[in-house]
Amino acid sequence: MDLRFFIQLAIIGFTFFMLINASALLVLAERKIMGFMQQRYGPYLVGPHGLLQPLADILKLLMKEELRPKGADKWLFTLAPILSVTAAFAAFATVPWGAETTFFGLLDDPVSLGVADINVGVLVIFAITSMGVYGIVLAGWSSNSKYSLMGGLRASAQMISYELSYATALAAVILLAGSLSLREVVDTQAGTWLGFIPQWYVFLQPVGFIIYMIAGVAETNRAPFDFPEAEQELVAGYNTEYSSVRFALFPQAEYINMTTMSAVATDLYLGGWHGPFLPPELGWIWFLLKVGAILFTYIWVRWTLPRYRYDQLMQFGWKWLFPAAVINLVVTAALVLYFNA
Amino acid sequence: MPETLIFWGLSGMAILASALVIGQRNPMYSVLMLIASFGALAGLYIQLDAPFVAVAQIIIYAGAIMVLFLFVVMLLNAPQEDAAEWDRAHPLRQPGIMRFGALLALLLVIQLTWALLRVNGVDVPVGTQGDPEALSSVRTLGRILFTDYVFAFEATSILILVAMVGAVVLARREGDR
Amino acid sequence: MIPLSYYLVVSAVLFAIGTAGVFLRRNLITILLSIEIMLNAVNLSFVAFGRQFGSLDGQIIVFFVMTVAAAEAAVGLAIVIGLFRHRESLNPDAFASLKW
Repeated sequence: MDLRFFIQLAIIGFTFFMLINASALLVLAERKIMGFMQQRYGPYLVGPHGLLQPLADILKLLMKEELRPKGADKWLFTLAPILSVTAAFAAFATVPWGAETTFFGLLDDPVSLGVADINVGVLVIFAITSMGVYGIVLAGWSSNSKYSLMGGLRASAQMISYELSYATALAAVILLAGSLSLREVVDTQAGTWLGFIPQWYVFLQPVGFIIYMIAGVAETNRAPFDFPEAEQELVAGYNTEYSSVRFALFPQAEYINMTTMSAVATDLYLGGWHGPFLPPELGWIWFLLKVGAILFTYIWVRWTLPRYRYDQLMQFGWKWLFPAAVINLVVTAALVLYFNA
Repeated sequence: MPETLIFWGLSGMAILASALVIGQRNPMYSVLMLIASFGALAGLYIQLDAPFVAVAQIIIYAGAIMVLFLFVVMLLNAPQEDAAEWDRAHPLRQPGIMRFGALLALLLVIQLTWALLRVNGVDVPVGTQGDPEALSSVRTLGRILFTDYVFAFEATSILILVAMVGAVVLARREGDR
Repeated sequence: MIPLSYYLVVSAVLFAIGTAGVFLRRNLITILLSIEIMLNAVNLSFVAFGRQFGSLDGQIIVFFVMTVAAAEAAVGLAIVIGLFRHRESLNPDAFASLKW
């Protein structure tokens, strides 16, 4: 029960706390950025510049009535949002967000910033993300309503289709890095070429990065791939029948999934916490900036592009994105063999 | 000591969840119980120094095969058992037959346990031989897979292709092209 | 340290549960699920033996068993869908006559 144990516990708590903050801030960021892109202010009444708006949203949601349709499955109706949110939080557990630090001499051995570092970390993230499908599928089915069922089925079919391209793009990066542990993948991206171009994998794998981002957007059911919760077509898709707290957990799970995807993209392609001017102990500031940039891109893409129709979405995933990812993997493998021979 | 606790906890969960799989009437609950059982087994694999197999179990079994089962259950709106009257009176659903069946399953357990416990060296604690680091290395696993077992690997890829084509053909409606 | 026999007993119990499910249940999907339980029990045995003798062969075999189980589940479920479309029932006894 020494200091190191408590500091590691504190890091876990801090990560959890920051994730919850991230989801709340994303609610606000989405609405403000949407507002600015549509040439209006977003919410600005609650708190300075609307900063307390997420608090108002959550209070409103908590005070609504908890409904459950009569024919809904008693256990699964409540289990579905819990599954969604648990998978979303659990996926972030293997993502390292900072270098090893001794907290400026407080500890003897450095402790690594991140909840856990597993030697098959990349696969674990993939596994937990594929468990997140169950939340949506069960939500759609247990609501006992045709809109929910259609939305749930479509969402899960979309998620498992784009998981393939996601995994294949990941595999190409693993080929370059030579390890499945996310911390080691980041550490191979330290250093610069020619003194100023950082050795990030996005420069070695531009196609892979684009494939990963597209698959990430589709995995989290964000626009332009958000047909399952399209307001115009399906009422609200798989969360039609949900209200109050159970409803609030679904967008929270979506935002945390977005954050996890951005964090993994940062670790795999953008060099994680390595950056030019700061010492390694403060690398998490760079991590935060990079994750923020990717999240901004997510929101930007949502409010700029029109939505895909469902069959176009599936065709794109299977006929264009997956072959592109496979070709990317094969070319990467060939180049790795050639340059290492 | 915590190792033993974890083992008992995970095995208990796996056995309980599997018993519930065959005990539930609603097929949807059966599928969910099986997912829980797979999770417990993945934990046991991690305890056996096989992290890749554990994660592959979650990805393949719990993440893909069970989603397929769930889809089929939802699309077919799988009716619960003994919904039809003739089904309720079926000889196999009478309580006497059920008890006899459970007895036969118990007999199978005893036979299997007797056979398995006669293997040499079965009382040795797991984890004494071999180097855990080398055993859990994905790199070594990949190397063996692509050198010693490459024929099985390629044959499996053809098998998956055949299964994919077969599933599409079998599930098509009559009258489609 | 846990003796190998404990893992084997767990595997045997799971296998027996799966077998009981295949024989006693009258729903095609539950029968397929019981087959998956049996395959998993065997996987556990393989990994335990592999660990005991310090070789990676156990894990390799499990890798192949999982792949074959996935292929078999896909084809099995496609057959179940075809059968259901024809008879509107998932009870194996509804398909007792050889006439389609």
